[in-house]
Amino acid sequence: MDCSLDIFFVEALLNGVLLAGLLALLALGLNLIFGVIDVTWICYAELVMVGMYGFFWLTKAMGGPNLPVWMFVLAGLFAILVVALAGALLHVLVIRPVLDQAPINQLLVTGGVLFVLQASATLAFGIDFKNIGVHMGSLRTGDMSFSWSKILTFGVSLVAMLVMWLFLTRTYIGTAIRAIAQDRQIMPLMGVDARKVYVVTSGIGGALAGLAASLMVFQYDIYPQVGLQFGPLLFMICVLGGLGNMLGGFVAAFVMAQFIAVGSSCLQTEWGYAVAFLFFMVVIFIRPQGLFGVRS
Amino acid sequence: MKIRPSYVVGLLALLALPFLIRGFVPASEKYYLHLLIQILLWSFVYTGWSLMGRFGLTSFGHGAFTGIGAYITVMLWNFAGLTPLIGIPVAVLTAVAAGLMVGYPCFNLRITGHYFALLTLAFTEFVRLCIVGFRNWTGGSLGTQPRRYGDGISLYAVQFEPDRLLAYFIALALWLVGLFIWHRVDRSMDRYALDAASQDEDAAASVGIDVTRAKLKITAISSGMCAFGGAMYGQYQMYIGPETVAGLGLSLAMVFACIAGGIGVLFGPTFGALFTQLLSETLRILIQGSTWLKANFGSNALVLDQAIYGLLLILFIIYMPKGILGTLQHKLGKRG
Repeated sequence: MDCSLDIFFVEALLNGVLLAGLLALLALGLNLIFGVIDVTWICYAELVMVGMYGFFWLTKAMGGPNLPVWMFVLAGLFAILVVALAGALLHVLVIRPVLDQAPINQLLVTGGVLFVLQASATLAFGIDFKNIGVHMGSLRTGDMSFSWSKILTFGVSLVAMLVMWLFLTRTYIGTAIRAIAQDRQIMPLMGVDARKVYVVTSGIGGALAGLAASLMVFQYDIYPQVGLQFGPLLFMICVLGGLGNMLGGFVAAFVMAQFIAVGSSCLQTEWGYAVAFLFFMVVIFIRPQGLFGVRS
Repeated sequence: MKIRPSYVVGLLALLALPFLIRGFVPASEKYYLHLLIQILLWSFVYTGWSLMGRFGLTSFGHGAFTGIGAYITVMLWNFAGLTPLIGIPVAVLTAVAAGLMVGYPCFNLRITGHYFALLTLAFTEFVRLCIVGFRNWTGGSLGTQPRRYGDGISLYAVQFEPDRLLAYFIALALWLVGLFIWHRVDRSMDRYALDAASQDEDAAASVGIDVTRAKLKITAISSGMCAFGGAMYGQYQMYIGPETVAGLGLSLAMVFACIAGGIGVLFGPTFGALFTQLLSETLRILIQGSTWLKANFGSNALVLDQAIYGLLLILFIIYMPKGILGTLQHKLGKRG
């Protein structure tokens, strides 16, 4: 509970870095959607929840926690596929009909999806906490310990972000996505099918949520309200980094993760979050475009 | 305010309603009154939200105001022994101050749309986390109760829960006050200023409208109403919890009810409250009566109303962005 510059403080700092990897991955998906389609998926965290249940369901169906590694990879791929599909469907069924309405309506409509997803998860799996039941143990160095699941999450997140960067810069569709993000009006005139790009982007955003979900199941319990645990934080990170600014989101994730990790270790978990939100509000009042946003 | 005959008849009906209930269904009088009180109290809060929502200031932060209203009132009563007669005004002023503190930079910096929604969302979460964090006083996520005073009916403690009839009339009065405030705002110059600002802020400013000032005024009224409603809800329920009077869930529920009912119409938020409360009550009764649902989902079936809310919210925004009453009014207005 007390806070001094000792080994536990260093441990908290490093745990913050590990957490930041995951948050950055989550923020990347949300920022991609916002940057390209100009829509905030307020239900993004709930899509992650769907992925977590997908992973949980498949590992249970394959016979419980003692499985070979490839089966977990399979479950991860399954979760990614399911959420990618959910993301594309979300766009086609819910976002597309309101694309011409006020931006706030697009945000609210995904709020409706949030309710539906939470309720559906409760109906399908109940409200009790589920766990895939895998314990990876921890890495011990000196007096510090870091759970392997966090290290794995961090590593995979970094690799995934690198792959995303290569995809966006080195492929045709990636270039089209970036172009749409820069100018939504001109690109259709240049022969880019915006409708197709939107669906693909939504699918990729969903896939990133699915990947994050497959990593989170090793660290967190799964329950229908799990999205509310980290959803608000995620939006703060995206706004802080400048909505749609993927690099900004990456940096903001590291800033916010430190508040939470250090705040939680010095005080209590809620206070870590509370301080992070307070910091967020203060920053926005000083730099309304976010830390790294460009004022339009 | 022009007094229409339909309003007088409606008001008389509402005044007579509890006695009709007593006359016809005395056995479940308490239940029906409870339902009506809930609808009226939430109508008041939703009307408060819609004052901002109708001008494009879609706030996810009003759960914070109801939370501040309810918690400060109860904390002052439980730990300082301060009567809610003073505690409620203190709580309302605190909420107004908080609203202005968040609002001023937002309006000055022209934070609107997504950014405004997400910023107010952060504010809601901040307040909820503070409530949970001060668990030694607030009871954390379990919530807490205002200390009961005497037999539970007292002006000094602003407690009236055991007398449902009294509670009904208090809620009714509150609701009427809410409608009156809405009406006054609707007829004020600020309304036109804010309408103009929500269309084009630069153009509004260029014809001499002090946009920030107008927005701050409406924020003060709106946050104050929500805080007062939250405080009264706490006094009526005799229980407050971070999820029942604060938090994101409540903020989203406000938004949904107002959109379903219709944001730019006097009775829109009321209709939204009526609609949502009746929907969850009907579903609850259906679920209790259905052996199939119980056998398959158990108590989890209770979240069916949430699923239906969500679905309706989506459908409303896609097909009926003006809400039920707004659309009706629009159609009738065209004909007449």
